[in-house]
Amino acid sequence: MSKKTVEYTISRTPELGMDFRPASGLMAPTELPEPQLDSQNMLINVGPQHPATHGVLRLVLELDGETVVKCSPTIGYLHSSFEKLGEYRTWNQVVPLTDRMDYLAPLIYNCAYVMAVEKMMGIEVTERCKVLRVILMELDRIFSHLLWLGTWSIDVGAFTPFLYSFQEREKVYSLHEAFTGARITTSATRVGGLMADVPEGWTEGVRDFANGVIKTLDEVEFLLSTNSIHLGRTQGVGAISAEEAVNCGLSGPNLRATGVPYDVRKDRPYYDYETYDFDVPVGEHGDCYDRYMVRIEEMRQSTRILHQALDRLPDGPVNVDDPRVILPSKTDLMNDMESMIHHFKVVMEGVKAPAGESYFPVEGSKGELGMYVVSDGGSKPVRWRVRPPSFVNLSAIPRLVEGGLFADVIMVNASLDIVLGEIDR
Amino acid sequence: MSTEEKRSGYNGVEDRPTPLDHLETGSGDVSPTRHPSVEALSEAFPDGILRHEVVAGDEHVVFIDPTRSLDILRWLRDDPDQLYTYLSDVTAVDYGGGRPLQVVYQLYSIPYRRALRVKAELPLDGLSIASVFPLWASANWLEREVWDLFGIHFEGHPDLRRILMPENYGEGHPLRKDFPLRGRFSRAEQTRRALEMEPEDYYVPSEMGPGREPQLVRWEELGAGPVPVEGGPAKAEGTPESGTSDEDSSERPSSNRTD
Repeated sequence: MSKKTVEYTISRTPELGMDFRPASGLMAPTELPEPQLDSQNMLINVGPQHPATHGVLRLVLELDGETVVKCSPTIGYLHSSFEKLGEYRTWNQVVPLTDRMDYLAPLIYNCAYVMAVEKMMGIEVTERCKVLRVILMELDRIFSHLLWLGTWSIDVGAFTPFLYSFQEREKVYSLHEAFTGARITTSATRVGGLMADVPEGWTEGVRDFANGVIKTLDEVEFLLSTNSIHLGRTQGVGAISAEEAVNCGLSGPNLRATGVPYDVRKDRPYYDYETYDFDVPVGEHGDCYDRYMVRIEEMRQSTRILHQALDRLPDGPVNVDDPRVILPSKTDLMNDMESMIHHFKVVMEGVKAPAGESYFPVEGSKGELGMYVVSDGGSKPVRWRVRPPSFVNLSAIPRLVEGGLFADVIMVNASLDIVLGEIDR
Repeated sequence: MSTEEKRSGYNGVEDRPTPLDHLETGSGDVSPTRHPSVEALSEAFPDGILRHEVVAGDEHVVFIDPTRSLDILRWLRDDPDQLYTYLSDVTAVDYGGGRPLQVVYQLYSIPYRRALRVKAELPLDGLSIASVFPLWASANWLEREVWDLFGIHFEGHPDLRRILMPENYGEGHPLRKDFPLRGRFSRAEQTRRALEMEPEDYYVPSEMGPGREPQLVRWEELGAGPVPVEGGPAKAEGTPESGTSDEDSSERPSSNRTD
């Protein structure tokens, strides 16, 4: 079979303004001096209503050509004054406010809040409650990372991983619904225990999900992890060094992508996390791709924790046996005067916390989530402060995008995994 | 591949001591009664440390002299035996009743795995403290938030503006105890001000330029008293309501808003 050659003939068509003269030689175009044009930087407004900002974040960017010279984030569009509202509610009534902050991982916020209150009150919850809360938190870590994975792949231009990850998220929604009756606003915890014990068969559902999500992650990784478009858009983009990341207060996967192995579950263990066998993935370059890889690996590690927690889940009550904080059973309530009084006091006055304060950090899906509660001995908080991981992570975005390209702003923003409900609170 | 090999592949991701190993070396020795950083602090700054408390079992709180806060915090960050390189949080607590406001720094030393809470008490007539932004960049937005919600002025902060509330918010600082839950202005006045806001106000090149001046802080708001109400079509609430009730008589449709 003979090779077929194609000959291109270029015809000069001066009437169309085309010039196909060679680059060198007699017919080469003459060098023209660069015109002294008066140029000025351009201001571009991104958001607040833009799907790539993942909420109502507004970025005002000053561009020199395609290079970002300055980035000014504006937040506060979702400000709901949750911390002020919390000061007018009893300790248990604050729980519904917590899951409206991070609606992508509501159970982590529910658990973290009551854990801080319990530590301040000196309540030690039951073993079953501890393991169940670990299951809930790890389940929602995967839940939150799956949403990040879907939106991330949309931002990078891939649509299929979005569908895969949202299909898996739907299973977690069903688990939320079976346990709490709500799909997003779970409000699953109470001071001293949980809203209820998990229904029968729920733990098998968690196990099925933990097995199934691994397959989905493999499929998504097959599509993304070595995809050259994905690599080109993420590797080396939005990089930050480890020292700077610590100084900027980054936490969670964003910090670990720079190589700092700071994980609250390992460094400041709570709820026997030191007895679970899991690893903390760390990155090397601190760029968008490393953040992606760290989160993917974190989901796998969370399934390991889920399996171990399900294996060790003991029987027994989920609530502490403490009439100060827990409502009595309905049978006791109807037959026992003391229980009636306890019920009345807990419902009408609320749980009373002794004067004191506590800062309880947990490893949330976005980073170090700290709950700082201050009590003066009453049934309402004097101060309830959330150390918002997304808020501090987002404050580093000018550092990450300035000097880069305009198109990379979208990827950097997606890689930070922010949730505006918690940033604005 | 055997299960053992698979597991070792997983475990190879992280090679560093577990917290229990670290405790055996004795360097990160925090107990309910003893905190090495607190002891070192009281030696280095005998008059800068006002008192030391242990709360919630094992959380150590150090109260420092607010006029020397920057020196003390810098020492905590840079001393090779402390290395509190990670500033988790900056916030404030208002206990109400005219008591001083507390500025709270949550510090964490990643190398030594120690946490320390540092507090500085500010009287209501002197709500000003040095900014720790030169030490930790994470203080940037956290201090802006404390300024926004509590009205504590951080000297030396490069860009002390409101962050969660709108920049033309004129009702004061919402997380203070003397601030009523629904605000100082009537609903009609709040609506009028919200409609007056122009997005372009915050979209001018002078605000974006590289060498721009930070916006001036309105010092008259630093006082503890209620913010005087400017003229408006609606009559504003006269006295702040008490802290326990969230009833607000101004809850009515804003029929008299300007258009």
